[in-house]
Amino acid sequence: MANYNYIAWIPLLPLAGFVLLGLFGRRRFRGFSGILGTGLILAAALLSLYAAWQYFGAGAGAAGVTAGGSAYKPILAMKFTWLSFSPGLSIDMSVLLDPISVMMIVVVSLVSLMVHIFSLGYMKGEERFGTYYAFLSLFSFSMLGLVLSGNIFQLFIFWELVGCSSFLLIGYYYDRPSAVAASKKAFIVTRFADLGFLIGILILSFYGETLDFGTLIHRLTTPSPQFLSITSASFLGFSLLSWGLTLVFIGGAGKSAMFPLHVWLPDAMEGPTPVSALIHAATMVVAGVYLVARLFPVFSLSDPPALGVVAYVGAFSALIAAIMACTQTDIKRVLAYSTMSQIGYMMFALGVSKYGGEGGLGYMASMFHLFTHAGFKALLFLCAGVIIHRVHSNEMNAMGGLRRQLPLTHICCLIACLAISGIPPFSGFFSKEEILLAAWQSNKLIYGVGLFTSGLTAYYMFRLYFSIFWRGPHGVRQAAGDPGAGDAHGSTPVSMNLPLVVLALGALLAGLIPFSHFVTSDGEPIDTHTPLSFSIAPVALALAGIGLAAWLYGTMSDRPRRLASAIGGLYRLVYHTFYIDEIYAFITKKILFNLVGRPAAWIDRNIVDGLMNGLASFTAWISALIKGMQSGKMQDYALYFFTGIAGLAVLFIYIWKN
Amino acid sequence: MGIGLIAGLQQELAVVLIVIVLLFIKLGSDRYRTETILGLVNVLLGINLAAGLMMAPTQTVLFGGGFHTNELIILEKNIFNLGTLLISLQAYDWLKGHKLALEFYMLLLSTLAGLFFMISAGNLLMFYLGLEMSTIPLAALSNFDLEKRQSSEAAVKFIMSSAFSSALLLFGISLLYGATGTLDLGTLAASDDNLPLRMAGILGSTGAHALLVFAFVLLLSGFAFKISVVPFHLWTADVYEGSPVPVTAYLSVISKGAVFFAFIQVLYTTFRPLARDWYNMLVLLAVLTMLTGNLFALRQDKLKRLLAFSSIAQVGFILVGMTGSPTTANASVIYFILVYLFSNLGAFGVVAVVSAMTGKEGIDDYKGLYKTNPFLSWVMAISLFSLAGIPPTAGFFGKFFLLMSGAGRGNYVFISMAALNMVISLYYYLRVIKAIFMDANDHPIGRLKISLLPAIALMVCVAGVLLTGLLGWVYDYIYSLSANF
Repeated sequence: MANYNYIAWIPLLPLAGFVLLGLFGRRRFRGFSGILGTGLILAAALLSLYAAWQYFGAGAGAAGVTAGGSAYKPILAMKFTWLSFSPGLSIDMSVLLDPISVMMIVVVSLVSLMVHIFSLGYMKGEERFGTYYAFLSLFSFSMLGLVLSGNIFQLFIFWELVGCSSFLLIGYYYDRPSAVAASKKAFIVTRFADLGFLIGILILSFYGETLDFGTLIHRLTTPSPQFLSITSASFLGFSLLSWGLTLVFIGGAGKSAMFPLHVWLPDAMEGPTPVSALIHAATMVVAGVYLVARLFPVFSLSDPPALGVVAYVGAFSALIAAIMACTQTDIKRVLAYSTMSQIGYMMFALGVSKYGGEGGLGYMASMFHLFTHAGFKALLFLCAGVIIHRVHSNEMNAMGGLRRQLPLTHICCLIACLAISGIPPFSGFFSKEEILLAAWQSNKLIYGVGLFTSGLTAYYMFRLYFSIFWRGPHGVRQAAGDPGAGDAHGSTPVSMNLPLVVLALGALLAGLIPFSHFVTSDGEPIDTHTPLSFSIAPVALALAGIGLAAWLYGTMSDRPRRLASAIGGLYRLVYHTFYIDEIYAFITKKILFNLVGRPAAWIDRNIVDGLMNGLASFTAWISALIKGMQSGKMQDYALYFFTGIAGLAVLFIYIWKN
Repeated sequence: MGIGLIAGLQQELAVVLIVIVLLFIKLGSDRYRTETILGLVNVLLGINLAAGLMMAPTQTVLFGGGFHTNELIILEKNIFNLGTLLISLQAYDWLKGHKLALEFYMLLLSTLAGLFFMISAGNLLMFYLGLEMSTIPLAALSNFDLEKRQSSEAAVKFIMSSAFSSALLLFGISLLYGATGTLDLGTLAASDDNLPLRMAGILGSTGAHALLVFAFVLLLSGFAFKISVVPFHLWTADVYEGSPVPVTAYLSVISKGAVFFAFIQVLYTTFRPLARDWYNMLVLLAVLTMLTGNLFALRQDKLKRLLAFSSIAQVGFILVGMTGSPTTANASVIYFILVYLFSNLGAFGVVAVVSAMTGKEGIDDYKGLYKTNPFLSWVMAISLFSLAGIPPTAGFFGKFFLLMSGAGRGNYVFISMAALNMVISLYYYLRVIKAIFMDANDHPIGRLKISLLPAIALMVCVAGVLLTGLLGWVYDYIYSLSANF
């Protein structure tokens, strides 16, 4: 077996960055902090690429890709006991390498690297520049640690760390009330989901009698004693296995912004734009998908109904998010809903998949889409970053005609939009076709939803594209009035353009990777057969969506407004994102606060505090009472000393006899 | 024999060697600047620590069973070597201006040698000798703030209290000797079941038990005095307050820790037949100690006095851990002492720096310290968090293992009392942190220029506080050694 000891450095390098920048970033390393953070993540990215080369290369070299029995086996690269409480219970730290974790470290470290580079230009001149890079490094560490976790408890630790660093980054502009509110909202909503996750972990590990993924999956997919005990125990009519898996999925749904726990994601766009690219598009939000994929054998082999929940939640989220994206006017919110929609695709692809062989197409397609989506969605966000940097506004209505001023951004953004719309030969086409094929093979309803959503996707993405880059001279005037904006492209620094070009190349070429030879549900390479005829419907629908967007938004016209007023109420309903936020506000403010919050506050103020205050004054009273003991006189001390001995002797010789 | 002697006594010899070197330097001390001498001493202590760490684990018994050492004891001594080095580094600013810096080290290292002999003692006589060898120089050290009357007062109180406790300890030892005819701990332990029997022949079974319990109470009072268990603790606050800060730190961490190590050996070997009696005694004393330490700490306005009472409360917690089963008790106590060493020396280190430069020791003086001295403030805060047992500092893990060990006996009322006391202690630790970080002050302590050596010591303490808990192998290593008494 090859030596993978260096893997530990992949998360540790960003951690070192966080520690150094956290301690010294504000003063000593101030000017240098961006370079330091970027250098460390670059090293981590190179190590990740080497790891991928070694892992997949060795697998292929050993037995040949197409030959049977050449599965990529999970490798426990390292493992040590962190805390041992008793012989039966210890918490380990381990590094697990399997196709999905290797793929994820590549994705996470590369996107993180791009964002680090981009931020050099974007965040230049920020007062808390060093702090920003410290937080970015913390996030990279947590995310890399999350994907490499070899046991479920370790994953939970990193899961929370990811949540924490996301909170810090969303609230980076802490002097803006909206950013503070958004970071709190993200934290509370995901925390709510994490509670489910934690209970799920406890159920699975209690019955599985292990925290380790490999052992857990083995025990829960074969008729072992643990499997029998967890399936025979039931609660409210469902087996505890279903409960455990569903609760774990709720945790994943919170982090991945699945309906109805998605409300934090659009608000999270208050963070700096590169952060949105890294966390709320490419990496953190797919943690939920990764989690389901990690436990996929258990879902698939032992509890198909739970997997059904995953499929329907994913499909519904994909559809509803796409509809909401069609009416938003804030560029980053459109991208946020589009992210939610694409993650919905990944979820339902997992949901319709089976374990092993060709039936595992959905699993492979989901991971493939995760991979391609990370690239083009990060690209879209970074393009948005460039645009916002130039226009100083998030509103699409304030933009237009920017293609002449930002030609490079225009090309990159176009590539990304084509990729997400599933137009061949861009990367999104390949992954989306396979998702739809997998859905077609197992569930026609979900296929229909996916197909319709892909048309919507093309429409709202090109609505964004045309609004920004075409549609009349509006934006030109605006930018011309801006004294900072010179001619054409001069003011966008190289550090911001380079990541765009790299990611755009990725969006062009990533689809050509024979992904199914590397990442499959059981590690066995499969060959995919997507008939050409199958692609006609989605591509045609996407082209129709693009055409509609061009007709509505290609030039200045009042067509969009007329259309909006024609469907009036429906438009407003969607525009206000189905009033989901308002429903939540109603539930929390009116119902929870009045029925639970107020009585609890009363009990806290009058009974708990009263008890505590009483205890405190009692303690103070006793303390004053015995003050005399410490008189400072030696003779008193000697007296207490002898009394103590005499007392102990009498007590234990005559009274408290054993 | 010769080689074996040197190998077994290596750590003691190293310490004594340093004392001899210092003695020679003293003869020509006019020629050297105090800074040079201090630098040299610290280098020597560092070498001493390194030599101790590199020492091959040996199992040696010397002097006809009077002295024994093994891997666990070597580890314990290394912990104290480290502590002494840290204290020495922290004392730099204070000693720089002191005209008798060399004598300070000679006394300090004599004490350390005494403690080493005490931990390694194979019979009660050696134990007693070691104890006295450590006590008398310590009394002189308490008096080392030569101009301060309080310091003299501390020394007098210390030596007189020690006299009581030594007398009673000797009384206990002689009772044991009279009953059994041996001072050897190994023989006493081996005659586990014989001991009461043999005495029963003379005194009748009730009488033998009573005699044994009484001898134990006397011995216990000797230990309890040293580690400040209530009600034998009264000297602690006065001596801690009057002594120079480094001496206080030494008293609270090293001399206390060493006595704990000796105590736990005696409990689980020699006095194992009395386990049921001493278990109840320890429970009673632990509760008393925690409560008294905490209740007094609540009222203190001076930081040193607060730390004195807090250290009494910590002793109560250690007693909780001691009541568990032998191996876990031993492991949790040793681990906690290591953690406590880092945390307490961190806190005392800050006090030492501030006191040496400004002479201020009140909690009110520390208000607004964060504005002027963020480094010192963070060291203090991290140390206090660890003392209070807040995760993720090592103090949390230390307390956790102590309570787990205590809980092994199933006495949950007792463990709940201990947990409750942790809550009380939180109040006064947080009070200091609040003063440092949140309270406004018109005349805060000015920006202090910390010398290199104390700064290194403080950083080591912080690193220790943060890492000892998170690195799981530390506890595992200690646990793996802990079965050997």
